Amino acid sequence: MNAAQSTAASRSFWLGFALLAGLILLVFPVLLDSFRLNLVGRYLTYAFVAVGLVLCWGYGGILSLGQGVFFGLGGYCLAMFLKLESSTPEATAIQSTPGIPDFMDWNQITALPWFWEPFNYLPVALIAVLVVPAVFAYVIGVAMFKRRVSGVYFAIITQAIAAIMTILIIGQQGYTGGINGITDLRTLLGWDIRSESAKTILYFVNAVLLLGALVLARWILTSKLGRILVAMRGKEDRVRFSGYSVANFKIFIFCVAAAMSGVGGAMFTLQFGFMSPSFVGIVPSIEMVIFAAVGGRLSILGAVYGALIVNWAKSALSEAFPELWLFAMGALFIAVVMAFPNGLAGLYSVYVAPIFPRIRAWAQRTRGMAPSATSASAPPLAEPEVSNAR
Amino acid sequence: MRFPRPTIPIFGHATRSKPTGVLLGAALCLAPLLALAEAPPTEEVSTTGLAVTDDTVTVGILHSTTGTMAISETGSVQAEKLAIQQINDAGGVLGRKIEIIQEDGASDWPTFAEKSKKLLVEDKVAAVFGCWTSASRKAVLPVFEQYNGMLYYPTFYEGLEQSPNVIYTGQEATQQILAGIDWVVDEKDAKTFFLLGSDYIWPRTSNKIARKHIEKLGLKVVGEEYYPLGHTQFNSVINKIKLRKPDVIYAIVVGGSNVAFYKQLKAAGLDIDEGKTTLLTISVTEDEILGIGGENIEGAYAAMKYFQSLDNENNKAFVAAFKEMWGEDSVIGDVTQAAYLGPWLWKAAVEKAGSFDIDKVREASPGIELTTAPEGYVRIHENHHLWSKTRVGLARADGQYDVVYETEELMEPDPFPEGYQ
Repeated sequence: MNAAQSTAASRSFWLGFALLAGLILLVFPVLLDSFRLNLVGRYLTYAFVAVGLVLCWGYGGILSLGQGVFFGLGGYCLAMFLKLESSTPEATAIQSTPGIPDFMDWNQITALPWFWEPFNYLPVALIAVLVVPAVFAYVIGVAMFKRRVSGVYFAIITQAIAAIMTILIIGQQGYTGGINGITDLRTLLGWDIRSESAKTILYFVNAVLLLGALVLARWILTSKLGRILVAMRGKEDRVRFSGYSVANFKIFIFCVAAAMSGVGGAMFTLQFGFMSPSFVGIVPSIEMVIFAAVGGRLSILGAVYGALIVNWAKSALSEAFPELWLFAMGALFIAVVMAFPNGLAGLYSVYVAPIFPRIRAWAQRTRGMAPSATSASAPPLAEPEVSNAR
Repeated sequence: MRFPRPTIPIFGHATRSKPTGVLLGAALCLAPLLALAEAPPTEEVSTTGLAVTDDTVTVGILHSTTGTMAISETGSVQAEKLAIQQINDAGGVLGRKIEIIQEDGASDWPTFAEKSKKLLVEDKVAAVFGCWTSASRKAVLPVFEQYNGMLYYPTFYEGLEQSPNVIYTGQEATQQILAGIDWVVDEKDAKTFFLLGSDYIWPRTSNKIARKHIEKLGLKVVGEEYYPLGHTQFNSVINKIKLRKPDVIYAIVVGGSNVAFYKQLKAAGLDIDEGKTTLLTISVTEDEILGIGGENIEGAYAAMKYFQSLDNENNKAFVAAFKEMWGEDSVIGDVTQAAYLGPWLWKAAVEKAGSFDIDKVREASPGIELTTAPEGYVRIHENHHLWSKTRVGLARADGQYDVVYETEELMEPDPFPEGYQ
């Protein structure tokens, strides 16, 4: 990529970024009622996972089918804090052991387990939201990448981890709330998170955090690290022979993706007041890969649109055809894979992006002016790396 | 679609002699006729912006029609639609036809939460009939409490809950367990019990109650085991059961695991049919037997409040109407019947309150009785659960149960049983 291309790419990314920011910070809040806005908030929590997947799958070539685990871990970390806050001895006076979460009491547990203790403190919980998924990813990463497990084998192992995690959470219901999850979370430091105003505020917190994650992802991708990732995906051995520790780069990007997913999970817990093992399993984890695939796995902005569009379609179709909607969803995914394997971003860069130079040229011809450096057109979906990287 | 029976017989199965009950029953039955003559104006019957017009009222149905729970929840959807159709044919509620918005919970608890919110906030439905698993109920509960909706929940469940925004039309745990155990102790002279279940809140809570009750009676629990949902290898526990020779196997295995459990039980030669060991379950309705196969479970006993084979006028009419609407092969289990009660109980409460407003319906609900219920007679308790009888059925090879016992009195619902926690 030469310098001119790079500037153009950068400019078009930031334009796309500004457009996305405008969409989620202005357009949605203005146009949607609070119920639909809340739904968009939920979709945006999945976008964290999708952006992480673009980093580790699209650029790093690491296909993880277990990102739901990290989403769940982040969500559970915060849910544990919120649950403890709502389980005051006064609020749980009806229980055999007041002062512990209700589901523990139902499971004949009489004292708070030791690993719940730290979650009495919000700072600990907030740090845990980032650290627990990242450390878990680190352990998996060291175990896998140092042994050069990759490709399909890695995907299968992450899937197995997702299955194990679900069984563990459901099986240890006295400690985790089991299949019900951790439910009925009402307040954060006394602030009622269920009120309309709180939901709106949390939507914006979520949106800003997501934009922050996008900036971070962009920064990683444009750094030297990003180049090494792409090089690794192309020919891992060459990078290794050039003296780079391939495993360490993989571990790093996998941890970043995990931490992002964790933030998404925590934001979900805050906005919806519960966390359940149904996010941790294989099916939701694969769904999250689909968000990234639909958006275009090489485009971090596309990933956000992917998460928005797939989930919107899911809600809309299931409202319209409660008994048939799954078929429609299936058809949609098949269509995406068959017709535009690079997702929406690929579609954009093939069909939409080339229009702009032509329009520009036409405009210049008709006006008889020299090309202007500031005539960048608006590329809403994707940065041109998509086409370059192919 | 037409129904042979626009109104359910009122006095056909009035097993109760209390005059107020009959009077109220009669009043409830006459109400639609009065309403037909003159529907009260909308601004009188709905003051909180619910989806009520001069001739319609909208309610929601929220069950899984896709995913792993669809097979269980379909019966509930069918029963609720049948009840609503019958109510409409009889003139509707307060002179208004009921319209349905159906949403799919997709066997996914967050989806249940999303859809319940949509029903309450966007559609402003006057009532929701729905949910099946405890997990889905737990997920929607905060939504119903926050937006003040009314949920009619059909499944027998573990208790430990009593929400002002839910009417529980199934049994809470003690209603299913205590009478069943008393029966097996009296009838089969049982002394030892082996408790077995799928590993989640309902079987665990139920077995906790069962164990306390067994121990109160001075009898013995010789084993208690749990297996994850979807577990299919029961050989080790069957060997344990053979070793410990309990008089009663108390099984609360759920869902697909049932198929494996009963087949392996039969294959292991543990003869529950006419044998020394009695198998008593609270988790196998006629719906589950479809999957298990009648020949595999023949001779087992189940404690429920309803069996399709119940011999009374209400039930005959209900089964006939259900089959006409949904096909001759339809199988009706305990939960399906409980789901059928939901719309009728709601209608009765609305008419008693003279309003669709959630708060007024809630206030009117305790004491509402239904003499037309297929299971006989039910009444809503102060704690929003139903007074109903417990029955024990003996599984036949054709997938139906023979009712061998029913409690004299209605069992009082007690979601927070003292001494059983």
